[in-house]
Amino acid sequence: MYEKDGNKYFVVDSHMHYWDASPQNWVAGQEQYAKGWIECFHAYQGLGPPETHWSIEHFQKYSEDDLMKDVFEDGYVDVAVFQPTYLKEWYADGFNTTERNGALSEKHPGKFIVNTRWDPREGSKGLEELAANVERWGSIGVKLYTAEWRDGSRGWTLKDPEAYEYLQKCQELGIKNIHVHKGPTIWPLDKDAFDVSDVDHAATDFPELNFIVEHVGLPRIEDFCFMATQEPNVYAGLSVVIGGFMHARPKFFAKVMGELLFWVGEDKMTFGSDYGIWEPKWQVEGFVDWDYPSEEFSDYPRVNTDTKRKILGLNAAKLYGIEVPEECRLSGEGTPAAQDDAALVTEGATV
Amino acid sequence: MTAGATQEATPGTTLSEVLAALDTVRDPEIDEPVTSLGFVSACTLADDGTARVRLRLPTYFCAPNFAFLMVADAYDAVVAVPGVRAAEVVLEDHFAAEAINGGVAARAGFADSFVGLAEGELDELRTGFVRKAVLAGTDRVCRPLIAEGRTPEELASLRLGDVPPTADRERLRARRAELGLPASDDAPLLVDPTTGEPVGTEALPKHLARSRLTRVNLEANGGICRGMLQHRYGTRGEGQRDDMDEMEEVR
Repeated sequence: MYEKDGNKYFVVDSHMHYWDASPQNWVAGQEQYAKGWIECFHAYQGLGPPETHWSIEHFQKYSEDDLMKDVFEDGYVDVAVFQPTYLKEWYADGFNTTERNGALSEKHPGKFIVNTRWDPREGSKGLEELAANVERWGSIGVKLYTAEWRDGSRGWTLKDPEAYEYLQKCQELGIKNIHVHKGPTIWPLDKDAFDVSDVDHAATDFPELNFIVEHVGLPRIEDFCFMATQEPNVYAGLSVVIGGFMHARPKFFAKVMGELLFWVGEDKMTFGSDYGIWEPKWQVEGFVDWDYPSEEFSDYPRVNTDTKRKILGLNAAKLYGIEVPEECRLSGEGTPAAQDDAALVTEGATV
Repeated sequence: MTAGATQEATPGTTLSEVLAALDTVRDPEIDEPVTSLGFVSACTLADDGTARVRLRLPTYFCAPNFAFLMVADAYDAVVAVPGVRAAEVVLEDHFAAEAINGGVAARAGFADSFVGLAEGELDELRTGFVRKAVLAGTDRVCRPLIAEGRTPEELASLRLGDVPPTADRERLRARRAELGLPASDDAPLLVDPTTGEPVGTEALPKHLARSRLTRVNLEANGGICRGMLQHRYGTRGEGQRDDMDEMEEVR
């Protein structure tokens, strides 16, 4: 929980990691990719305040103690959602697997939500693994990478019939939240990896699932916004938005936030630190202090304490069924994560 | 001087002409020159007329298709400079550098350079980006007019030649021409970026909202790329410029 000026904020970090990218975990013959990947992540950290930068060695593998301190002790986070990223082609034990996350979660009850993942190209074996992960770790969310290459396949889309099988399975298993990585890519692509139209289809056909588009479709925020405005169950995952822009490019941050608030709405935006890329502390503090820097932004929706409460925690708490203490709830009217509050601006948009 | 006028020497050809040629090469997605983005790490012109260009990108994993386009476009632009007799354009520090550099040097297409790994969808992607550049450019031209108090009805009736002759207007005109959209002074200021049809008063608020959002996205991406490049190299590229919009009003 974070408190400022007498206001209390319940913080759900809905997108974070516990990875091992140390050289000991690099797959022989794939070292250049394993190294290139983590260096690329490290460069993103460079967009945060200098005093929060880590050495590359620390960044490759941080400890359990580091994570608990950075996220919970110093970072104000009440509940953190692990989003796995396997990358087993490059990292022998995986980069950041459900098991690695789950083991840490079991040591700290109540602190974490352990999401799992699936890939429709894994067929029936993958469906079994998904069911086993849900049973073992109690997952109610998944993280998906549609752009990932695999055995000659150049990625997949949520529209694929095989993906629909998995989405149906998710519903059967009680999974509620589908986090889709639509952002900086994970592997070479010729196809348009940033295309978000597949989320549009799946969100229409699976209205009981929530689709959280992580990194808001960067570098295609506009495509994401057009799509999200038409789908009540599509949410904007702010990982990278706050970490990547708020410090390094404050004016662009204001504009991107303004656009998201306009097209998607404050009920449908969720904070994610993307830890260990960025520590949550400065992001939470900075976001609570944030407002548009000048009159130039007067066209955009206003932000107030309740806007920030929703984005920092209440929306994600609703999606994950997390109990929020009384003192951190909304002071005014409104329902976090309300689907019907989506700003359907297709009619009568104003500028 | 004209192309091919002199073959044995390069009198009059200067490095600045080669750099000017590189100014015409754009990151297809951000719609900004590779020079101003800081992607040109080195550019030289030897006495024998050989231009050598080194390109760099913000990350090791930047999309290889766009990287390919930039290297190929840089080659075409530099080799077309009168007096340049040969060009070497090399992408550095990228996971696909070898395939891209080899493909461009051999004048092979992207699909040929990534045999079995890539499909030829680049032209379509590039066209999509230019349409977005048209929308972003529309916001750049219209925002000052809206600030002056022009009404939607007025904007819908304006012709391209009616608005002040700024660099932004000419950039918008150039992108429209590239797509075969109406681009003369008589053409409507506001056209649909796909059909070229005029945008009517009723559709105008949404068109302008889309234009603004598209511009925000393009410029924000440029901002991220600059930040990543700065962190990765810490040195200025040839012809690099900061994103002035950000610098002027916040810092």
